[in-house]
Amino acid sequence: MTGPRSSPTYLKDAAAAVVKDRLQNFFFVLPALMIFGVFYLYPFLNMVFLSFHDWSGIGPMRFTGLENYRELAGDSLWWDSVGHAGYITLIALIFQNALAFALALACDRQIRMKRFYCIVFFIPPVLSEVVVGLIWNWILNPEMQAGVHIGLLNHLLFISGLPQMVHNWLGDPKTALTAIAVVHSWKGFGWGFVMLLAGLQTIDKQLYEAARVDGAGAWKILTGITIPVMMPVILAVMILTILGSMQVFILILSMVSQGLVNHTDVPVTRILSSMTGTDRFGYACAQAVLFGAILVFISFGVKKLSDMARQG
Amino acid sequence: MQNRIRPHSLRTVSFRWRRLTLGVCLMMLVFAGCAQPLRPGNRIIVWHWMTDCNDSFLKLAQQYRQETGVEVVVRLFAPSDSYAQMIIAAAQARALPDIYGILNTKVILADFIKAGLVADLTPEMNADHGAWASSLNDKALADKQFESGNSYGVKAGIYGVPMDITNEQMLYNKKILARAGILVPPATYEEFIKDTQILKRVGVTPFVSGWGELWLLDCFASNYAFNIMGEEKIFATYRGRVKYTDPDWIAVLSIFADLRDKGVLMDGIVTKGNKYAEQDFALERAAFAFNGSWCVNVYHDMNPDLDYGVMPLPPVSRAFPLKIWGGAGASFVVNAASPKRDQAVAFLKWLTAEKQQVLFARQTNNLPSNREALQEALAVVSPVLGKFSRGMDHSTHPSIWPVNEDPLVIEAFDKGIQSILIGDKTPLQVALEVQRIKDRQTAKGNH
Repeated sequence: MTGPRSSPTYLKDAAAAVVKDRLQNFFFVLPALMIFGVFYLYPFLNMVFLSFHDWSGIGPMRFTGLENYRELAGDSLWWDSVGHAGYITLIALIFQNALAFALALACDRQIRMKRFYCIVFFIPPVLSEVVVGLIWNWILNPEMQAGVHIGLLNHLLFISGLPQMVHNWLGDPKTALTAIAVVHSWKGFGWGFVMLLAGLQTIDKQLYEAARVDGAGAWKILTGITIPVMMPVILAVMILTILGSMQVFILILSMVSQGLVNHTDVPVTRILSSMTGTDRFGYACAQAVLFGAILVFISFGVKKLSDMARQG
Repeated sequence: MQNRIRPHSLRTVSFRWRRLTLGVCLMMLVFAGCAQPLRPGNRIIVWHWMTDCNDSFLKLAQQYRQETGVEVVVRLFAPSDSYAQMIIAAAQARALPDIYGILNTKVILADFIKAGLVADLTPEMNADHGAWASSLNDKALADKQFESGNSYGVKAGIYGVPMDITNEQMLYNKKILARAGILVPPATYEEFIKDTQILKRVGVTPFVSGWGELWLLDCFASNYAFNIMGEEKIFATYRGRVKYTDPDWIAVLSIFADLRDKGVLMDGIVTKGNKYAEQDFALERAAFAFNGSWCVNVYHDMNPDLDYGVMPLPPVSRAFPLKIWGGAGASFVVNAASPKRDQAVAFLKWLTAEKQQVLFARQTNNLPSNREALQEALAVVSPVLGKFSRGMDHSTHPSIWPVNEDPLVIEAFDKGIQSILIGDKTPLQVALEVQRIKDRQTAKGNH
């Protein structure tokens, strides 16, 4: 107890070394902290702050308390837009992920030109959303010139003997949102495909062989081995699909410009409209905060489901 | 024991401190890179959004440097929506260039002025008995001008310099009309509808416009509103003294129902961006179009052989003159906080002088804001542009109105028209919805 380790000088030196050590560590993480603070934390806190104000983007701000949130609660266009995003997400979850899973299963087998298919399926995700929007705008074009349909889809329907199905896909409120959702799914399935394929390739093939020896068919193998083993990957793909689909907007802008009245509005286009169309920065921030909260809630919900599925 | 540890500990500490010093240096480099660069005294910076005019600006900047020794750095930021947002962000960060343009509404311009971000150019404009001001088109100048006692609470003065003038009118394809046996373009709305039915019979789409962009739809509707009820009643509506459910407003909205019912409009017009609409007209997919004077340049690029004419919208009523939406095309303002304020003003004065404006008009096919240059340019550029320039005599624009409508009401009105066009709502339903929003905004004291 009276040795050099307990002497006041030693303790002082040790404390100084600890402080110095911690200070050094702090300095090492300081750049990352500053970047996080300046580019993430400050904008986020500022957005929350602005959401309690009436502000045009420049000039004086007027504190309005919860007024923006009160208005938002009764803004039917906003809630419609959330519903539209939900619809797009639902289509993406079903159509996009089913397609991605089916193609990943196909490519997991020993088939010819497997690498080629993998590349082809991954082309849509790497294309810019603006480019995809423009391409599909042409495919879904409802116009005719000299008796010929300009849009590829309507042209194919016409020459296939289905003229009654020729339609103004993006100009009809009944089909516009679905058309956008399908295009969004087409663009996005490649991500799911790559993730699911990577997951499938980690499954030990001996499990399949053992199941086959035991007399299991293809369906039994899929439901008894593949899906349970792949569940964490499937859930990760689902979370990414939900977050990506809820925030889709560039595709919408490039396909239907400022929208088909309000039938193709999604939360992000409503936020943009509040900011650029009506110069209501405070209200736009309130929309952004609420939308962020919705996304966080959904993410935690899916995470909870994922945990429950794992435990189950 | 300590003696045995110390050398290693010292080495470690020394090594850590070296790494720490390196980290701090790197951080300083990063943050020094974020700082505003120091600029030499004879350089001014211009930010703009006009993709089609960028080459001309660069040439003029080069010429200005040769003449005066002042370097003008021209930076293009497009598209215009992004540019408008970038200007607001730069204003918030107090990082605006010496010369820039404000694309937002006059309310936002007023906010910029009140925040000390836009210089009052009145002394320079009025110098030499108002030589600079009188050399420019008065309607274009009025775009960035505030009268005394204005409702925006801005000190009276001229705050911007117009580069060009523009207005929106109807275009017609001469070849298509002649093929359908229509030798004279329609002079009234009834004639227009009659012609569109002939065009439909010969398999031609009568009309196209970029009505996926609300502002263009708003221009079209406003022109007819002026024609049907006159400006006093429109302003009375904005002031809340006339309701949108008034028969005159219903008549304005009913025009769109009529156009829809008679099959005048190209399929998908409600989601069509103006670029696509311009392409449709340039590639002769429609006989009529509604577009701005910049289209001369656009159509020339898309189809140099396009044979077309320009006319005001065919009036639907004789009650009031049909006004044409127009005024300043692009205006520049000077950053009031810029240390190069005088150099910036001198450059803008030079840029809007007759010689440079003629050059600008020849290169861009735009209508120059300089009066003398306009006359000179019209003699050498497209005759269609000459007709567009005559439309300026009847032009009007919200920036020169004594009162403006609440943006949310405008959005509801324009979206309402889109609803009519796709058959979602009737004119009366739209009028009721617009009035509901007007009442809500008035109750909130937003007007």
